[in-house]
Amino acid sequence: MSYCHDPLNFKCQITNSYPHFHNLQELHHSASLATKVFIQRDYSDSTICKFQTKFPAELDSRIERSLFEETVKTLNCYYGEAEKIGGQSYLEGCLACATAYIIFLCMETRYEKILKKISMYIQEQNEKIYAPRGLLLTDPIERGMRVVSFANTWDVFLSVGTTLKELCTIYKL
Amino acid sequence: MQYKGFLFCARSKEIKYSCSCQWCIYNQIKQSACTFAAMSAVMITRKVTRKWEKLPGKNTFCCDGRVMMARQKGVFYLTLFLIIGTCSLFFAFECPYLAVHLSPAIPVFAVLLFVFVMAMLLRTSFSDPGVLPRALPEEANFIEMEIEAANGNVLAGQRPPPRIKNVQINNQIVKLKYCYTCKIFRPPRASHCSICDNCVDRFDHHCPWVGNCVGKRNYRYFYLFTLSLSLLTIYIFAFDIVHVVLRSVDSGFHVVSLTPHCTVLEVLVCFFTLWSVVGLTGFHTYLISLNQTTNEDIKGSWSGKNRVQNPYSHKNIIENCCEVLCGPTYPSVLDRRGVMLEDSTSPNPSDASTHKSSNPVSQTTVRQHFL
Repeated sequence: MSYCHDPLNFKCQITNSYPHFHNLQELHHSASLATKVFIQRDYSDSTICKFQTKFPAELDSRIERSLFEETVKTLNCYYGEAEKIGGQSYLEGCLACATAYIIFLCMETRYEKILKKISMYIQEQNEKIYAPRGLLLTDPIERGMRVVSFANTWDVFLSVGTTLKELCTIYKL
Repeated sequence: MQYKGFLFCARSKEIKYSCSCQWCIYNQIKQSACTFAAMSAVMITRKVTRKWEKLPGKNTFCCDGRVMMARQKGVFYLTLFLIIGTCSLFFAFECPYLAVHLSPAIPVFAVLLFVFVMAMLLRTSFSDPGVLPRALPEEANFIEMEIEAANGNVLAGQRPPPRIKNVQINNQIVKLKYCYTCKIFRPPRASHCSICDNCVDRFDHHCPWVGNCVGKRNYRYFYLFTLSLSLLTIYIFAFDIVHVVLRSVDSGFHVVSLTPHCTVLEVLVCFFTLWSVVGLTGFHTYLISLNQTTNEDIKGSWSGKNRVQNPYSHKNIIENCCEVLCGPTYPSVLDRRGVMLEDSTSPNPSDASTHKSSNPVSQTTVRQHFL
């Protein structure tokens, strides 16, 4: 069988549309990440949460360098804002201390609010940029804030499908 | 978008039976994730396995994963008993007399202080100190590949070089060690606690009195606990003495015969507690002003020999104190209360959890970061 998928141009040469696969085997043979790619933490600015912006070689054919760098830089900005020690964090700390930290049971902390913004941002990036290129970005909080990982959409799809199937078998749904 | 068995692909703008373009695959993943979320919500009401039940490490969990402590809790119960016991005796025997003869503000302030001490103790003991989760197999393999690439060819029979990464922080070279248990390079200031068998971020020490490790997330609660306990001990000690003096003045200097047994007990407990707790508070105040951890102090990491200086210190006592005590409240990266698949059919249960945790678009897991 012939492959219509041109990994460099991301467009199908036969139908001139975005990457799709005529059959399952073509999917497996196409350019895909052999393993997940992990972007490690950058500790040059002490222990604040920051990720390396160095472009990994494995993603060379999958995504443009500028898009990748922009995503990582924006994530770094969000984390920097969350961990900033300034007026708002002092106020929050003093108020919480005065109430013996019981206020945290009812109130959302600033860090938590920013984490929600980050997961919205990652979802938006996945929809707009990474999914059309067959990649999925994971939220660093799922990995202990140690790495940002890139996976193939198809691998994730398979694993989610398996998860649902297992759930149905276990709970007899 | 689906309608009566047909599918509209937004990317190619066509109506067809099925589409396997990346956009539609992504949408199907999202749809599956939503279905999974709905099913998980139903299943949370039935008995499900939560992630804390399968976490490696030697921690004990209570209240369905909300409370996290070390395995040995005996000394923690002793701490609770001493604090609650001494305070109960104080409230029962000293406070009525002092409230009447001196001021009712005395027991009120004592109650507030006692509540604060208990809140800080429970917060320190029950919260996640900043445990770093172990690397999943894919991440561990990726790191191994990087290490092998860096080491090059090691001759057979020769020991491979130690796994160390050098990073530069504020013009200082800091060595990051590899943890063979957790299969990660430990971030700076993290250390592996052998009692809890976890890597903890900004590891200070493992405190048996509190029954937990003291790390990044609960250090300020630990410090406020020791500080408030010192104040409470001094307060009770002082008012016990005042009480004895007042009684002897009232009834004519028969101090020994009139002193009730409970006051003697309180004074003894407070006297011995005072030296240790006040000393500990002083020591931690010194560490905070230098932005050091107990672990670094014991190892002498920044003692000044070989011109090694603490790269984390702001060189300003006020700034160091503000960073440690008034910094942001970090989230817990251990998802203790997330739902895991109860997998009796699969031959390898760890695969099921890998599948669940590798789903990046899952909005299902009820993440509780701040306990």
